[in-house]
Amino acid sequence: MYNQTEIIKDTSELGAEGELVINMGPQHPATHGVLHLVVTLNGETIKKIEPHLGFIHRSIEKMCESLTYRQFIYVTSRMDYLSSHINNLGCALLIEKGMQIEVPDRAKYIRVILSELTRIASHELWLGAMAMDLGAFTPFFYAFREREMITDIMEDTCGARLTMNYIVPGGLMYDLHPDFQKKVKAFITQFKSKVTEYEDLVTNNIIFQSRTKGVGILSAEDAISYGCTGPVARASGVSCDIRKIYPYEVYDKVEFDEVIETAGDSFARYIVRVKEMNQSIRIIEQLIDNIPEGDFVAKTKNVLKLPKGEFYSRVETARGEFGVYIVSEGGTTPHRIKFRSPGFSNLSVLNHIAAGGMIGDLMASMGTLDLVIPDIDR
Amino acid sequence: MTNEEIKEYISTLAPAATFDETGEWLNILVDPTALKPLMADLRTGKMQMNYLFCVTCVDFKTHLTMVYHLSATTHRQSIVIKANVNRDTPVIETVCDIWRTAEFLEREVFEMFGVNFTNHPDLRKLILEDDFKGFPLRKDFEDPINMIKL
Repeated sequence: MYNQTEIIKDTSELGAEGELVINMGPQHPATHGVLHLVVTLNGETIKKIEPHLGFIHRSIEKMCESLTYRQFIYVTSRMDYLSSHINNLGCALLIEKGMQIEVPDRAKYIRVILSELTRIASHELWLGAMAMDLGAFTPFFYAFREREMITDIMEDTCGARLTMNYIVPGGLMYDLHPDFQKKVKAFITQFKSKVTEYEDLVTNNIIFQSRTKGVGILSAEDAISYGCTGPVARASGVSCDIRKIYPYEVYDKVEFDEVIETAGDSFARYIVRVKEMNQSIRIIEQLIDNIPEGDFVAKTKNVLKLPKGEFYSRVETARGEFGVYIVSEGGTTPHRIKFRSPGFSNLSVLNHIAAGGMIGDLMASMGTLDLVIPDIDR
Repeated sequence: MTNEEIKEYISTLAPAATFDETGEWLNILVDPTALKPLMADLRTGKMQMNYLFCVTCVDFKTHLTMVYHLSATTHRQSIVIKANVNRDTPVIETVCDIWRTAEFLEREVFEMFGVNFTNHPDLRKLILEDDFKGFPLRKDFEDPINMIKL
Protein backbone atom coordinates (compact mmCIF):
# COMPACT_ATOMS: atom_id res chain seq x y z
CA MET A 1 0.00 0.00 0.00
CA TYR A 2 1.02 3.65 -0.12
CA ASN A 3 3.55 4.93 2.36
CA GLN A 4 3.88 8.54 3.35
CA THR A 5 6.90 9.45 1.21
CA GLU A 6 5.27 8.15 -1.93
CA ILE A 7 2.23 10.29 -1.39
CA ILE A 8 4.30 13.41 -0.92
CA LYS A 9 6.21 12.57 -4.10
CA ASP A 10 2.93 12.13 -5.96
CA THR A 11 1.64 15.53 -4.96
CA SER A 12 4.81 17.32 -5.99
CA GLU A 13 4.32 15.79 -9.42
CA LEU A 14 0.79 17.13 -9.55
CA GLY A 15 2.32 20.49 -8.81
CA ALA A 16 -0.86 22.54 -8.64
CA GLU A 17 -0.59 25.47 -6.29
CA GLY A 18 -2.60 25.43 -3.08
CA GLU A 19 -3.39 21.71 -3.28
CA LEU A 20 -3.21 19.59 -0.21
CA VAL A 21 -3.37 15.81 -0.02
CA ILE A 22 -4.65 14.26 3.18
CA ASN A 23 -5.03 10.65 4.14
CA MET A 24 -8.41 9.80 5.60
CA GLY A 25 -8.12 6.41 7.20
CA PRO A 26 -7.33 3.51 7.34
CA GLN A 27 -8.02 4.23 11.01
CA HIS A 28 -10.64 6.94 10.95
CA PRO A 29 -13.65 7.15 13.26
CA ALA A 30 -16.04 7.78 10.41
CA THR A 31 -14.98 5.13 7.92
CA HIS A 32 -16.23 2.21 10.10
CA GLY A 33 -13.55 -0.17 9.02
CA VAL A 34 -10.23 0.07 7.29
CA LEU A 35 -10.98 2.21 4.29
CA HIS A 36 -8.18 4.51 3.18
CA LEU A 37 -9.19 7.60 1.23
CA VAL A 38 -6.54 9.82 -0.32
CA VAL A 39 -8.31 13.16 -0.58
CA THR A 40 -6.90 15.97 -2.73
CA LEU A 41 -8.07 19.33 -1.42
CA ASN A 42 -7.97 22.85 -2.67
CA GLY A 43 -8.63 24.88 0.43
CA GLU A 44 -11.69 23.15 1.84
CA THR A 45 -12.98 22.01 -1.53
CA ILE A 46 -12.48 18.39 -2.51
CA LYS A 47 -10.82 17.99 -5.88
CA LYS A 48 -10.42 14.24 -6.00
CA ILE A 49 -11.00 11.21 -3.78
CA GLU A 50 -9.06 8.05 -4.38
CA PRO A 51 -10.03 4.99 -2.34
CA HIS A 52 -7.25 2.56 -1.48
CA LEU A 53 -8.70 -0.82 -0.65
CA GLY A 54 -7.48 -4.19 0.44
CA PHE A 55 -6.65 -3.86 4.12
CA ILE A 56 -8.93 -6.77 4.93
CA HIS A 57 -8.74 -8.59 1.62
CA ARG A 58 -8.97 -12.30 2.43
CA SER A 59 -9.26 -13.62 -1.12
CA ILE A 60 -12.64 -15.14 -0.41
CA GLU A 61 -13.23 -15.95 -4.08
CA LYS A 62 -10.05 -18.03 -4.27
CA MET A 63 -10.79 -19.67 -0.94
CA CYS A 64 -14.25 -20.72 -2.15
CA GLU A 65 -12.70 -22.53 -5.11
CA SER A 66 -11.38 -25.17 -2.73
CA LEU A 67 -14.50 -25.40 -0.54
CA THR A 68 -17.47 -27.64 -1.27
CA TYR A 69 -20.93 -26.29 -1.98
CA ARG A 70 -21.96 -26.92 1.61
CA GLN A 71 -18.90 -25.20 3.05
CA PHE A 72 -18.57 -22.03 1.02
CA ILE A 73 -21.84 -20.52 2.32
CA TYR A 74 -20.28 -19.91 5.72
CA VAL A 75 -17.49 -17.82 4.25
CA THR A 76 -20.02 -15.42 2.73
CA SER A 77 -21.25 -14.47 6.21
CA ARG A 78 -17.90 -12.80 6.72
CA MET A 79 -18.27 -10.54 3.71
CA ASP A 80 -21.14 -8.20 4.47
CA TYR A 81 -21.37 -9.04 8.15
CA LEU A 82 -24.43 -6.84 8.66
CA SER A 83 -26.54 -8.78 6.19
CA SER A 84 -24.88 -12.16 6.54
CA HIS A 85 -28.23 -13.96 6.54
CA ILE A 86 -29.10 -12.50 3.13
CA ASN A 87 -25.67 -13.36 1.73
CA ASN A 88 -26.20 -16.97 2.82
CA LEU A 89 -29.62 -16.90 1.17
CA GLY A 90 -28.14 -15.76 -2.15
CA CYS A 91 -25.70 -18.68 -2.19
CA ALA A 92 -28.32 -21.21 -1.12
CA LEU A 93 -30.69 -19.98 -3.85
CA LEU A 94 -27.99 -20.54 -6.46
CA ILE A 95 -27.35 -24.12 -5.37
CA GLU A 96 -31.08 -24.85 -5.19
CA LYS A 97 -31.55 -23.40 -8.67
CA GLY A 98 -28.62 -25.37 -10.09
CA MET A 99 -29.62 -28.69 -8.53
CA GLN A 100 -33.39 -28.13 -8.77
CA ILE A 101 -33.99 -28.65 -5.07
CA GLU A 102 -37.54 -27.88 -3.96
CA VAL A 103 -37.42 -25.92 -0.69
CA PRO A 104 -40.27 -26.52 1.80
CA ASP A 105 -42.67 -23.60 2.31
CA ARG A 106 -41.86 -23.38 5.99
CA ALA A 107 -38.21 -22.71 5.23
CA LYS A 108 -39.12 -20.08 2.64
CA TYR A 109 -41.27 -18.13 5.10
CA ILE A 110 -38.66 -18.24 7.86
CA ARG A 111 -35.92 -17.21 5.45
CA VAL A 112 -37.88 -14.12 4.41
CA ILE A 113 -38.79 -13.11 7.97
CA LEU A 114 -35.17 -13.38 9.06
CA SER A 115 -34.00 -11.52 5.94
CA GLU A 116 -36.25 -8.61 6.79
CA LEU A 117 -35.15 -8.64 10.44
CA THR A 118 -31.58 -8.55 9.18
CA ARG A 119 -32.41 -5.59 6.97
CA ILE A 120 -33.92 -3.68 9.89
CA ALA A 121 -30.91 -4.47 12.10
CA SER A 122 -28.53 -3.29 9.38
CA HIS A 123 -30.44 -0.06 8.77
CA GLU A 124 -30.63 0.56 12.52
CA LEU A 125 -26.89 0.28 12.89
CA TRP A 126 -26.41 2.52 9.87
CA LEU A 127 -28.80 5.10 11.29
CA GLY A 128 -26.98 5.29 14.60
CA ALA A 129 -23.52 5.36 13.06
CA MET A 130 -24.47 7.88 10.40
CA ALA A 131 -25.93 10.31 12.95
CA MET A 132 -22.82 9.86 15.05
CA ASP A 133 -20.59 10.72 12.07
CA LEU A 134 -22.45 13.99 11.80
CA GLY A 135 -21.97 14.72 15.49
CA ALA A 136 -25.27 13.53 16.96
CA PHE A 137 -24.45 10.95 19.56
CA THR A 138 -27.88 10.18 21.04
CA PRO A 139 -29.51 8.44 18.02
CA PHE A 140 -26.84 5.76 18.31
CA PHE A 141 -28.31 4.56 21.61
CA TYR A 142 -31.88 4.80 20.34
CA ALA A 143 -31.03 2.72 17.28
CA PHE A 144 -29.11 0.11 19.26
CA ARG A 145 -31.98 -0.34 21.70
CA GLU A 146 -34.15 -1.79 18.91
CA ARG A 147 -31.27 -3.52 17.16
CA GLU A 148 -30.47 -5.37 20.37
CA MET A 149 -33.91 -7.02 20.31
CA ILE A 150 -33.24 -8.34 16.82
CA THR A 151 -29.81 -9.69 17.69
CA ASP A 152 -31.40 -11.44 20.68
CA ILE A 153 -33.96 -13.08 18.39
CA MET A 154 -31.12 -14.10 16.07
CA GLU A 155 -29.14 -15.53 18.95
CA ASP A 156 -32.07 -17.66 20.10
CA THR A 157 -32.91 -18.90 16.63
CA CYS A 158 -29.60 -19.14 14.79
CA GLY A 159 -27.15 -19.41 17.66
CA ALA A 160 -25.23 -16.33 16.61
CA ARG A 161 -25.76 -12.61 16.74
CA LEU A 162 -23.87 -11.50 13.65
CA THR A 163 -22.72 -14.36 11.42
CA MET A 164 -25.89 -16.39 11.40
CA ASN A 165 -25.03 -19.33 9.11
CA TYR A 166 -28.62 -20.50 9.54
CA ILE A 167 -29.28 -21.38 5.91
CA VAL A 168 -28.19 -24.61 4.28
CA PRO A 169 -28.88 -25.66 0.68
CA GLY A 170 -32.42 -27.01 0.75
CA GLY A 171 -33.74 -25.15 3.77
CA LEU A 172 -32.58 -24.29 7.25
CA MET A 173 -30.09 -25.79 9.62
CA TYR A 174 -32.62 -26.42 12.38
CA ASP A 175 -36.18 -25.52 13.27
CA LEU A 176 -37.36 -22.28 14.85
CA HIS A 177 -36.95 -21.44 18.50
CA PRO A 178 -40.34 -22.00 20.25
CA ASP A 179 -40.48 -18.37 21.42
CA PHE A 180 -39.67 -16.97 17.99
CA GLN A 181 -43.13 -15.67 17.05
CA LYS A 182 -43.74 -14.19 20.49
CA LYS A 183 -40.43 -12.35 20.46
CA VAL A 184 -40.82 -11.04 16.92
CA LYS A 185 -44.27 -9.70 17.78
CA ALA A 186 -42.87 -8.00 20.86
CA PHE A 187 -40.22 -6.45 18.67
CA ILE A 188 -42.79 -5.18 16.16
CA THR A 189 -44.79 -3.50 18.93
CA GLN A 190 -41.66 -1.94 20.38
CA PHE A 191 -40.37 -0.79 16.99
CA LYS A 192 -43.66 0.80 15.94
CA SER A 193 -43.92 2.82 19.12
CA LYS A 194 -40.31 3.98 18.89
CA VAL A 195 -39.90 4.72 15.19
CA THR A 196 -41.58 8.12 15.62
CA GLU A 197 -38.77 9.03 17.97
CA TYR A 198 -36.32 8.85 15.11
CA GLU A 199 -38.44 11.34 13.20
CA ASP A 200 -38.38 13.80 16.09
CA LEU A 201 -34.74 13.21 16.88
CA VAL A 202 -33.15 12.97 13.43
CA THR A 203 -35.50 13.52 10.49
CA ASN A 204 -36.98 16.79 11.72
CA ASN A 205 -33.72 17.95 13.22
CA ILE A 206 -32.78 21.19 11.48
CA ILE A 207 -29.04 20.63 11.93
CA PHE A 208 -29.24 17.15 10.43
CA GLN A 209 -31.33 18.43 7.53
CA SER A 210 -29.01 21.30 6.70
CA ARG A 211 -26.01 18.97 6.78
CA THR A 212 -27.53 16.38 4.45
CA LYS A 213 -29.91 18.20 2.10
CA GLY A 214 -28.31 19.00 -1.24
CA VAL A 215 -25.13 17.14 -0.28
CA GLY A 216 -23.68 14.39 -2.47
CA ILE A 217 -26.23 14.61 -5.24
CA LEU A 218 -26.37 11.60 -7.55
CA SER A 219 -28.47 11.62 -10.71
CA ALA A 220 -30.45 8.61 -11.89
CA GLU A 221 -28.32 8.15 -15.05
CA ASP A 222 -25.09 8.23 -13.06
CA ALA A 223 -26.49 5.83 -10.47
CA ILE A 224 -27.21 3.28 -13.20
CA SER A 225 -23.92 3.90 -14.99
CA TYR A 226 -21.94 3.40 -11.78
CA GLY A 227 -23.87 0.22 -11.02
CA CYS A 228 -25.32 1.59 -7.79
CA THR A 229 -28.08 -0.47 -6.24
CA GLY A 230 -30.10 -0.57 -3.07
CA PRO A 231 -31.09 2.57 -1.14
CA VAL A 232 -28.35 4.58 -2.88
CA ALA A 233 -29.93 4.11 -6.31
CA ARG A 234 -33.50 4.22 -5.05
CA ALA A 235 -32.88 7.64 -3.50
CA SER A 236 -32.01 8.83 -7.02
CA GLY A 237 -35.26 7.54 -8.46
CA VAL A 238 -33.98 4.27 -9.94
CA SER A 239 -36.25 1.30 -9.38
CA CYS A 240 -33.86 -1.53 -8.56
CA ASP A 241 -35.38 -3.64 -5.79
CA ILE A 242 -34.60 -7.27 -6.61
CA ARG A 243 -37.44 -8.34 -4.32
CA LYS A 244 -39.87 -6.63 -6.73
CA ILE A 245 -38.17 -7.20 -10.08
CA TYR A 246 -37.06 -10.83 -9.70
CA PRO A 247 -39.05 -12.07 -6.68
CA TYR A 248 -37.47 -14.96 -4.82
CA GLU A 249 -38.84 -17.10 -1.99
CA VAL A 250 -42.23 -15.64 -0.97
CA TYR A 251 -41.70 -11.98 -1.86
CA ASP A 252 -44.29 -12.28 -4.64
CA LYS A 253 -46.94 -13.26 -2.08
CA VAL A 254 -46.49 -10.33 0.30
CA GLU A 255 -47.50 -6.73 -0.17
CA PHE A 256 -44.89 -4.04 0.23
CA ASP A 257 -43.85 -0.85 -1.53
CA GLU A 258 -40.55 -0.19 -3.15
CA VAL A 259 -39.40 3.06 -1.52
CA ILE A 260 -38.25 5.53 -4.18
CA GLU A 261 -37.14 9.12 -3.63
CA THR A 262 -36.06 11.43 -6.41
CA ALA A 263 -33.87 14.08 -4.76
CA GLY A 264 -30.71 11.93 -4.96
CA ASP A 265 -28.98 13.69 -2.05
CA SER A 266 -27.84 12.36 1.30
CA PHE A 267 -31.13 13.22 2.96
CA ALA A 268 -33.06 11.20 0.37
CA ARG A 269 -30.84 8.20 1.03
CA TYR A 270 -31.58 8.60 4.72
CA ILE A 271 -35.33 8.80 4.10
CA VAL A 272 -35.27 5.70 1.89
CA ARG A 273 -33.65 3.60 4.62
CA VAL A 274 -36.03 4.78 7.34
CA LYS A 275 -39.04 4.06 5.14
CA GLU A 276 -37.60 0.68 4.18
CA MET A 277 -37.54 -0.35 7.82
CA ASN A 278 -41.29 0.29 7.96
CA GLN A 279 -41.81 -1.78 4.81
CA SER A 280 -39.81 -4.62 6.32
CA ILE A 281 -42.06 -4.52 9.37
CA ARG A 282 -45.02 -4.71 7.01
CA ILE A 283 -43.62 -7.85 5.36
CA ILE A 284 -42.90 -9.53 8.70
CA GLU A 285 -46.43 -8.76 9.97
CA GLN A 286 -47.94 -10.52 6.96
CA LEU A 287 -45.84 -13.63 7.39
CA ILE A 288 -45.31 -14.11 11.11
CA ASP A 289 -48.72 -15.67 11.83
CA ASN A 290 -48.81 -17.73 8.65
CA ILE A 291 -45.64 -19.81 8.90
CA PRO A 292 -46.76 -23.18 7.52
CA GLU A 293 -46.11 -26.37 9.44
CA GLY A 294 -43.95 -29.08 7.92
CA ASP A 295 -40.34 -29.80 7.14
CA PHE A 296 -37.76 -27.07 7.51
CA VAL A 297 -35.26 -28.66 5.17
CA ALA A 298 -35.50 -30.65 1.96
CA LYS A 299 -33.81 -34.02 1.72
CA THR A 300 -30.52 -33.58 -0.11
CA LYS A 301 -27.50 -35.74 -0.76
CA ASN A 302 -24.57 -35.41 1.57
CA VAL A 303 -22.25 -34.41 -1.25
CA LEU A 304 -23.65 -31.74 -3.51
CA LYS A 305 -22.56 -31.55 -7.13
CA LEU A 306 -23.65 -28.70 -9.37
CA PRO A 307 -24.11 -29.74 -12.99
CA LYS A 308 -21.61 -28.39 -15.54
CA GLY A 309 -22.51 -24.87 -16.54
CA GLU A 310 -22.84 -21.33 -15.27
CA PHE A 311 -25.22 -20.06 -12.62
CA TYR A 312 -26.11 -16.65 -11.32
CA SER A 313 -28.41 -15.69 -8.49
CA ARG A 314 -29.18 -12.35 -6.94
CA VAL A 315 -30.81 -11.13 -3.78
CA GLU A 316 -31.49 -7.73 -2.25
CA THR A 317 -29.29 -7.16 0.79
CA ALA A 318 -29.56 -4.10 3.02
CA ARG A 319 -27.01 -2.40 0.75
CA GLY A 320 -28.27 -3.44 -2.67
CA GLU A 321 -27.98 -6.19 -5.21
CA PHE A 322 -25.80 -9.08 -4.12
CA GLY A 323 -24.98 -11.48 -6.93
CA VAL A 324 -23.28 -14.86 -6.94
CA TYR A 325 -21.80 -16.15 -10.18
CA ILE A 326 -20.52 -19.71 -10.29
CA VAL A 327 -18.81 -21.53 -13.13
CA SER A 328 -19.10 -25.23 -12.46
CA GLU A 329 -17.17 -28.03 -14.11
CA GLY A 330 -19.46 -30.63 -12.57
CA GLY A 331 -17.37 -31.38 -9.51
CA THR A 332 -17.92 -30.88 -5.81
CA THR A 333 -16.20 -27.49 -5.73
CA PRO A 334 -16.79 -24.46 -7.95
CA HIS A 335 -14.34 -23.79 -10.77
CA ARG A 336 -14.74 -20.04 -10.41
CA ILE A 337 -16.92 -18.05 -8.05
CA LYS A 338 -17.52 -14.32 -8.19
CA PHE A 339 -19.43 -12.26 -5.67
CA ARG A 340 -20.98 -9.12 -7.05
CA SER A 341 -21.00 -7.08 -3.87
CA PRO A 342 -23.19 -3.98 -3.68
CA GLY A 343 -20.68 -2.01 -1.60
CA PHE A 344 -18.00 -2.24 -4.28
CA SER A 345 -20.12 -0.48 -6.88
CA ASN A 346 -21.53 1.99 -4.37
CA LEU A 347 -18.00 2.98 -3.31
CA SER A 348 -16.95 3.65 -6.90
CA VAL A 349 -19.44 6.54 -7.02
CA LEU A 350 -17.88 8.33 -4.01
CA ASN A 351 -15.45 10.45 -6.03
CA HIS A 352 -18.25 11.46 -8.37
CA ILE A 353 -20.66 12.67 -5.68
CA ALA A 354 -18.18 14.21 -3.24
CA ALA A 355 -15.72 15.96 -5.59
CA GLY A 356 -16.47 19.66 -5.79
CA GLY A 357 -18.05 19.66 -2.35
CA MET A 358 -16.63 20.60 1.01
CA ILE A 359 -14.46 18.32 3.12
CA GLY A 360 -17.01 18.63 5.94
CA ASP A 361 -19.71 17.25 3.66
CA LEU A 362 -17.65 14.18 2.81
CA MET A 363 -18.88 12.43 5.96
CA ALA A 364 -22.49 13.04 5.00
CA SER A 365 -21.93 11.73 1.47
CA MET A 366 -19.89 8.71 2.51
CA GLY A 367 -22.04 7.88 5.52
CA THR A 368 -25.18 7.56 3.43
CA LEU A 369 -23.49 5.17 0.99
CA ASP A 370 -23.49 2.68 3.89
CA LEU A 371 -20.15 1.09 3.10
CA VAL A 372 -19.17 -2.17 4.78
CA ILE A 373 -15.49 -2.67 4.09
CA PRO A 374 -15.21 -6.51 4.23
CA ASP A 375 -17.92 -6.56 1.58
CA ILE A 376 -15.83 -4.33 -0.68
CA ASP A 377 -12.46 -6.02 -0.13
CA ARG A 378 -13.79 -9.60 -0.01
CA MET B 1 -37.05 -9.00 -27.33
CA THR B 2 -36.91 -12.75 -27.62
CA ASN B 3 -33.61 -14.60 -27.76
CA GLU B 4 -34.07 -15.17 -31.51
CA GLU B 5 -34.47 -11.45 -32.14
CA ILE B 6 -31.42 -10.63 -30.02
CA LYS B 7 -29.39 -13.23 -31.89
CA GLU B 8 -30.44 -11.79 -35.22
CA TYR B 9 -29.67 -8.26 -34.07
CA ILE B 10 -26.25 -9.15 -32.70
CA SER B 11 -25.35 -11.16 -35.82
CA THR B 12 -25.69 -7.98 -37.86
CA LEU B 13 -23.34 -6.14 -35.47
CA ALA B 14 -20.79 -8.90 -34.93
CA PRO B 15 -21.08 -11.58 -37.64
CA ALA B 16 -18.53 -13.89 -35.98
CA ALA B 17 -20.47 -14.11 -32.68
CA THR B 18 -21.51 -17.53 -31.42
CA PHE B 19 -24.47 -18.14 -29.13
CA ASP B 20 -25.17 -20.47 -26.24
CA GLU B 21 -28.64 -20.82 -24.75
CA THR B 22 -28.07 -23.67 -22.32
CA GLY B 23 -27.86 -21.43 -19.25
CA GLU B 24 -30.35 -19.07 -17.68
CA TRP B 25 -29.46 -16.21 -20.00
CA LEU B 26 -28.33 -15.91 -23.59
CA ASN B 27 -24.54 -16.17 -23.78
CA ILE B 28 -22.79 -14.42 -26.66
CA LEU B 29 -19.15 -15.20 -27.38
CA VAL B 30 -17.40 -12.56 -29.46
CA ASP B 31 -13.87 -11.89 -30.64
CA PRO B 32 -12.02 -9.49 -28.29
CA THR B 33 -11.38 -7.06 -31.14
CA ALA B 34 -15.11 -6.91 -31.93
CA LEU B 35 -16.12 -6.38 -28.29
CA LYS B 36 -15.91 -2.62 -28.00
CA PRO B 37 -18.08 -1.65 -31.01
CA LEU B 38 -20.66 -4.25 -30.02
CA MET B 39 -20.80 -2.99 -26.42
CA ALA B 40 -21.13 0.62 -27.56
CA ASP B 41 -24.06 -0.33 -29.75
CA LEU B 42 -25.73 -2.41 -27.04
CA ARG B 43 -25.61 0.63 -24.76
CA THR B 44 -26.80 3.30 -27.18
CA GLY B 45 -28.61 1.33 -29.87
CA LYS B 46 -31.87 -0.60 -29.91
CA MET B 47 -31.12 -2.76 -26.85
CA GLN B 48 -30.42 0.15 -24.42
CA MET B 49 -28.38 -2.03 -22.06
CA ASN B 50 -27.60 0.68 -19.51
CA TYR B 51 -26.81 -1.49 -16.50
CA LEU B 52 -23.57 -3.49 -16.38
CA PHE B 53 -23.91 -5.43 -13.16
CA CYS B 54 -21.00 -7.83 -13.20
CA VAL B 55 -17.61 -7.91 -14.90
CA THR B 56 -15.33 -10.82 -14.20
CA CYS B 57 -12.87 -13.21 -15.72
CA VAL B 58 -12.60 -17.00 -15.66
CA ASP B 59 -9.38 -18.96 -16.05
CA PHE B 60 -9.96 -22.07 -18.16
CA LYS B 61 -6.24 -23.02 -18.05
CA THR B 62 -5.97 -22.83 -21.86
CA HIS B 63 -7.37 -19.32 -22.12
CA LEU B 64 -9.01 -16.58 -20.06
CA THR B 65 -12.63 -15.61 -20.64
CA MET B 66 -13.91 -12.13 -19.90
CA VAL B 67 -17.54 -12.20 -18.79
CA TYR B 68 -19.82 -9.15 -18.90
CA HIS B 69 -23.33 -9.37 -17.44
CA LEU B 70 -25.59 -6.77 -18.99
CA SER B 71 -29.09 -5.71 -18.19
CA ALA B 72 -31.39 -2.75 -18.72
CA THR B 73 -33.44 -0.81 -16.21
CA THR B 74 -36.22 -0.45 -18.77
CA HIS B 75 -36.96 -3.95 -20.12
CA ARG B 76 -34.99 -5.93 -17.47
CA GLN B 77 -33.64 -8.50 -19.91
CA SER B 78 -30.19 -9.83 -19.09
CA ILE B 79 -27.58 -11.09 -21.53
CA VAL B 80 -24.03 -12.27 -21.06
CA ILE B 81 -21.21 -11.18 -23.36
CA LYS B 82 -18.00 -13.20 -23.34
CA ALA B 83 -14.66 -12.83 -25.02
CA ASN B 84 -11.76 -15.27 -24.94
CA VAL B 85 -8.36 -13.72 -24.50
CA ASN B 86 -4.90 -15.17 -24.84
CA ARG B 87 -3.43 -16.37 -21.54
CA ASP B 88 0.15 -15.16 -22.16
CA THR B 89 -0.61 -11.66 -23.40
CA PRO B 90 -4.22 -10.95 -22.42
CA VAL B 91 -5.35 -7.65 -23.93
CA ILE B 92 -8.87 -6.32 -24.36
CA GLU B 93 -10.30 -2.88 -24.79
CA THR B 94 -11.89 -1.18 -21.82
CA VAL B 95 -15.61 -0.49 -21.61
CA CYS B 96 -15.39 2.07 -18.80
CA ASP B 97 -16.24 4.97 -21.08
CA ILE B 98 -19.57 3.22 -21.73
CA TRP B 99 -20.37 2.18 -18.17
CA ARG B 100 -18.55 4.04 -15.39
CA THR B 101 -18.79 1.07 -13.01
CA ALA B 102 -16.37 -0.84 -15.26
CA GLU B 103 -13.47 1.31 -14.09
CA PHE B 104 -13.20 -0.36 -10.67
CA LEU B 105 -14.33 -3.78 -11.86
CA GLU B 106 -11.69 -3.82 -14.59
CA ARG B 107 -8.99 -2.73 -12.16
CA GLU B 108 -9.91 -5.75 -10.04
CA VAL B 109 -9.72 -8.10 -13.02
CA PHE B 110 -6.39 -6.52 -14.01
CA GLU B 111 -4.74 -7.30 -10.69
CA MET B 112 -6.35 -10.69 -10.15
CA PHE B 113 -5.96 -12.11 -13.68
CA GLY B 114 -3.44 -9.84 -15.38
CA VAL B 115 -5.76 -8.81 -18.19
CA ASN B 116 -4.61 -5.51 -19.72
CA PHE B 117 -7.37 -3.09 -20.61
CA THR B 118 -6.33 -0.69 -23.35
CA ASN B 119 -7.46 2.93 -23.02
CA HIS B 120 -8.35 2.47 -19.35
CA PRO B 121 -7.84 5.87 -17.64
CA ASP B 122 -6.28 4.58 -14.41
CA LEU B 123 -5.14 0.96 -14.65
CA ARG B 124 -3.46 0.32 -11.28
CA LYS B 125 -3.80 -2.30 -8.58
CA LEU B 126 -6.89 -1.68 -6.46
CA ILE B 127 -7.03 -4.28 -3.71
CA LEU B 128 -3.60 -5.93 -3.67
CA GLU B 129 -0.36 -4.30 -2.58
CA ASP B 130 1.49 -2.34 -5.23
CA ASP B 131 4.48 -4.70 -5.23
CA PHE B 132 2.47 -7.93 -5.30
CA LYS B 133 3.80 -10.43 -7.85
CA GLY B 134 1.57 -12.80 -9.78
CA PHE B 135 -2.13 -13.04 -10.50
CA PRO B 136 -3.84 -14.75 -7.56
CA LEU B 137 -7.11 -15.84 -9.15
CA ARG B 138 -5.40 -17.70 -11.97
CA LYS B 139 -5.46 -21.45 -11.55
CA ASP B 140 -1.67 -21.89 -11.62
CA PHE B 141 -0.97 -19.29 -8.92
CA GLU B 142 1.15 -20.63 -6.10
CA ASP B 143 1.85 -18.70 -2.92
CA PRO B 144 4.34 -20.46 -0.64
CA ILE B 145 3.74 -18.16 2.36
CA ASN B 146 0.01 -17.59 2.54
CA MET B 147 -1.44 -20.97 1.62
CA ILE B 148 -5.02 -20.65 0.48
CA LYS B 149 -5.48 -24.20 -0.74
CA LEU B 150 -7.17 -26.47 1.77
